[in-house]
Amino acid sequence: MTDATLQAGPRAPAKVETPFQRFRAEFFESRIAATAFVVIVIIVLLAVLAPWITPQNPYDLAQVDVLDGRLPPGSEAFAGYTMWLGSDGAGRDLYSAILYGLRISISVGLASGVIALFIGMTVGLIAAYAGGRTEAIIMRVVDLQLSFPASLVALMLVAALGKGVDKIILALVVAQWAYYARTVRATALVERGKEYVEAAQCLGLSRIRVVFRHILPNCLAPLIVVGTVQTAHAVSLEATLSFLGVGLPQTEPSLGVLIANGFEYMLSGRYWISVFPGIALLVTVASINLVGDQLRDVLNPRLKK
Amino acid sequence: MTAVLEVSGLKTHFFTHAGVVKAVDGVDFAVKKGEVMGLVGESGSGKSITGFSILGLIDAPGRIVEGAIRFNGEDIANAPEDRLKSIRGNRISMIFQDPMMTLNPVLRIDSQMMEAILAHEKVSKKVAWERCRDALGLVGIPSPEERLRAYPHQLSGGMRQRVSIAIAFLNKPDLIIADEPTTALDVTIQAQIIHEAQKLTKQTGTAMIWITHDLAVVAGLADRISVMYAGRIVEQGLTDDVIDHPLHPYTVGLLGSVPTANKRGERLFQIEGMTPNMLALPEGCAFAPRCGFASPACKVPPAVEHVADRELRCYHPQSQVAAQ
Amino acid sequence: MSVFVIRRLMQAFFVVFLMSVIVFFGVNIVGDPVYMLVSPDADQADIEAAIRRLGLDRPIWEQYLLFLKGAAQGNLGDSFIFGEPALKLILHHMPATLELAFSALFLAIAIGIPLGLFSGLYPDNPVSKGIMAGSILGFSLPTFWVGLMLILLFAVELGWLPSTGRGDTATIFGIETSLATWDGLKHIFLPALNLALLKISLAIRLTRAGVREAMGQDYVKYARAKGVSTRRIIFVHVMKNIMIPVVTVMGLEFGSLIGFSVVTETIFAWPGMGKLLIDAILQLDRPVVVAYLMIMVLFFVVINLIVDILYSILDPRVRLQDQGA
Repeated sequence: MTDATLQAGPRAPAKVETPFQRFRAEFFESRIAATAFVVIVIIVLLAVLAPWITPQNPYDLAQVDVLDGRLPPGSEAFAGYTMWLGSDGAGRDLYSAILYGLRISISVGLASGVIALFIGMTVGLIAAYAGGRTEAIIMRVVDLQLSFPASLVALMLVAALGKGVDKIILALVVAQWAYYARTVRATALVERGKEYVEAAQCLGLSRIRVVFRHILPNCLAPLIVVGTVQTAHAVSLEATLSFLGVGLPQTEPSLGVLIANGFEYMLSGRYWISVFPGIALLVTVASINLVGDQLRDVLNPRLKK
Repeated sequence: MTAVLEVSGLKTHFFTHAGVVKAVDGVDFAVKKGEVMGLVGESGSGKSITGFSILGLIDAPGRIVEGAIRFNGEDIANAPEDRLKSIRGNRISMIFQDPMMTLNPVLRIDSQMMEAILAHEKVSKKVAWERCRDALGLVGIPSPEERLRAYPHQLSGGMRQRVSIAIAFLNKPDLIIADEPTTALDVTIQAQIIHEAQKLTKQTGTAMIWITHDLAVVAGLADRISVMYAGRIVEQGLTDDVIDHPLHPYTVGLLGSVPTANKRGERLFQIEGMTPNMLALPEGCAFAPRCGFASPACKVPPAVEHVADRELRCYHPQSQVAAQ
Repeated sequence: MSVFVIRRLMQAFFVVFLMSVIVFFGVNIVGDPVYMLVSPDADQADIEAAIRRLGLDRPIWEQYLLFLKGAAQGNLGDSFIFGEPALKLILHHMPATLELAFSALFLAIAIGIPLGLFSGLYPDNPVSKGIMAGSILGFSLPTFWVGLMLILLFAVELGWLPSTGRGDTATIFGIETSLATWDGLKHIFLPALNLALLKISLAIRLTRAGVREAMGQDYVKYARAKGVSTRRIIFVHVMKNIMIPVVTVMGLEFGSLIGFSVVTETIFAWPGMGKLLIDAILQLDRPVVVAYLMIMVLFFVVINLIVDILYSILDPRVRLQDQGA
């Protein structure tokens, strides 16, 4: 240390970076990731604030006029406001419908992601910590499930369960838990072999405490990365199932349902009914993926120089 | 005897984000026909980079910034890639350190051997195959036909290195650069491989540069020894001279740290300090900070001095000190 | 080698059995297909007759045993809707799906591997950066939406290609295929491209990562030191090494292509078994759903088996390990 820094003593502590600050700085190094992050924040805000920033509640029949049906973007609605993105077949303002649709899509994606994360994490930790037969059986099941594509697993489940928000969330959870389990188990296995775990065991700490207070915090980085990517996948998968008519019902119109509704008008050139919700979906999924990619680069110690 | 290879003033630098690494910084040496030269140094001293520079196999961010590499009179430093390609594996071939990593795991031995011939000569595959078979026989591999059909993982480490040697001699090159070819092998296998290499150079008259960190290995093999430290050759001369009367304090230290039978019970000598940081080399003689004889004069890089038929970069040659 | 195959076969058989239990009970526990089948004004007696006709009055485990017995004889039950054997229905629709999936796999390899190779060899080239950006986008784009956009662009706006159906087919080597006629090719191009999109991105990433790793290996430097031509280094030394993971993953992806074809077939009205499945789900045609799912399970198990064996042929190290074990 040079004299200059020593003299700056009183101010020096302010310059010390916390791990979070360093993480933040590294994350925002990539302009693309930073933009994607801002876009996600905006999308979430739009979805949350939908009732206050849309001219119409598209699912309140009193506010929807069938005479407004299939109007191109920029038309004026019967009620007087401008439909910047046009209207769908039932006369709903697309801008309003998309924001309400985002609410549903994001909620379903997040809910299934969080539940799958907790289940997968628990199972993965159990496998890694129990070892032996328990681990072998759990990992066999995980491998077996991962040998089928998640979309097919989800499709199988909705085929059995039927439509509905709860059912689609269940299907997405079952389709995704194995990815979390595999990640957590792989990381936990590495951590379990490290000395600090041995030290904690030597101190006589309980198993539960060792797993949750010592091993789990070290598995969080890969979990966050997988969680982001899987959430993007869940949103996209829900949209796909809803588009196929086996996901959410018309009463819970997510983006996928909106796109499906517009499909029949597409061949007659009324592109906007499908295209705009599609763009909303694409931007959402792509932003989450881009943030996930950057998280992976920042949180992965092996990629550090 | 004429020199097969004459390297003069060779500088190979790597331009990294952290700064310029002068891996090879002004190296001169010559190898005569049929001669074996031992290039000795610690890891990071630039000995392997010297070898790769000769073959033009320096990848970005490194490049040869200065110097000449005269091969049979032709300067091949920074020669066009096509010209280098026609020399590599043909006139100058190379043996790598770890035969586990250098043989492609998914290709059979025959295709990896034959490609070395077919890349340089228009011969039928049958002729190439026969030459490969004979070459394997020459390096002492039993039932070569079978081995040719094998994949690398089916051979032992020593066997794989024999294959590498056979490949190196396939085109009867003028020069072979062997980069620590025995480091990854057991000691008993080491001796066999060295013996094999020695026998073949004698038979074919091929010159060889044997790169190693182990003075003991080259003591019995090389005609001449060049000792490298931090990108420069600090001492070179005939093997017996260098081993018996080392002049540079670094060579003295290296020799002192080799365990031998007549030093049983004695404490092994140890060179003080650590290998230098190539990004922040000391001014002047790079060895000075670790040298027990360093003086203020060492702040200026020592030039090459000729002492008898030795070459030396040092202000404090040891045997002379001892003689005084 | 044969021990290896037999062990894998036994594992596969167990998986199929396990999945048959899960699928059968899963599909048969919820919903009531009878109400979809009888007319709205049917009385209780009609409904009960229908239930008996469909065998739904028996306990579920007995239904399962009957299903197993039938399955052993190649009978997966009759469709509630069409009254035909479910297996026959699916087999009838299978060639169209296989043809679509093969075409998509071909496109994915033919487009993805060269692009991945280029971007792996020249990672700093702007074209490579464009390729990588495209592949990230390819991962994010939901297949069904890309399908819509393809229709919008090529069928609606430009009018170059048809957007629905399979087109003319012709028979070559005893297989009826649309790849043999110009009209058929025109019809299959958009759906195949749509289905391939994700896999193109995947092939690009795999190939690029493999190439970049292989190029740094000693064996590449050694090959250069032997004076081997750049072309041979790339296409023999590097490609043969990276083809192992690429072949493995792409092979496994063939199953997922068939799974994903459900989406593409629905959008492009491609008369394959994916569309049959969606219709069956919507109409609660349980035997068809069960039969489809069982065939998919079988498919995946067989694909995994083939890939395992292929892998052991391509990578001599795997073979040795297995003999040692």
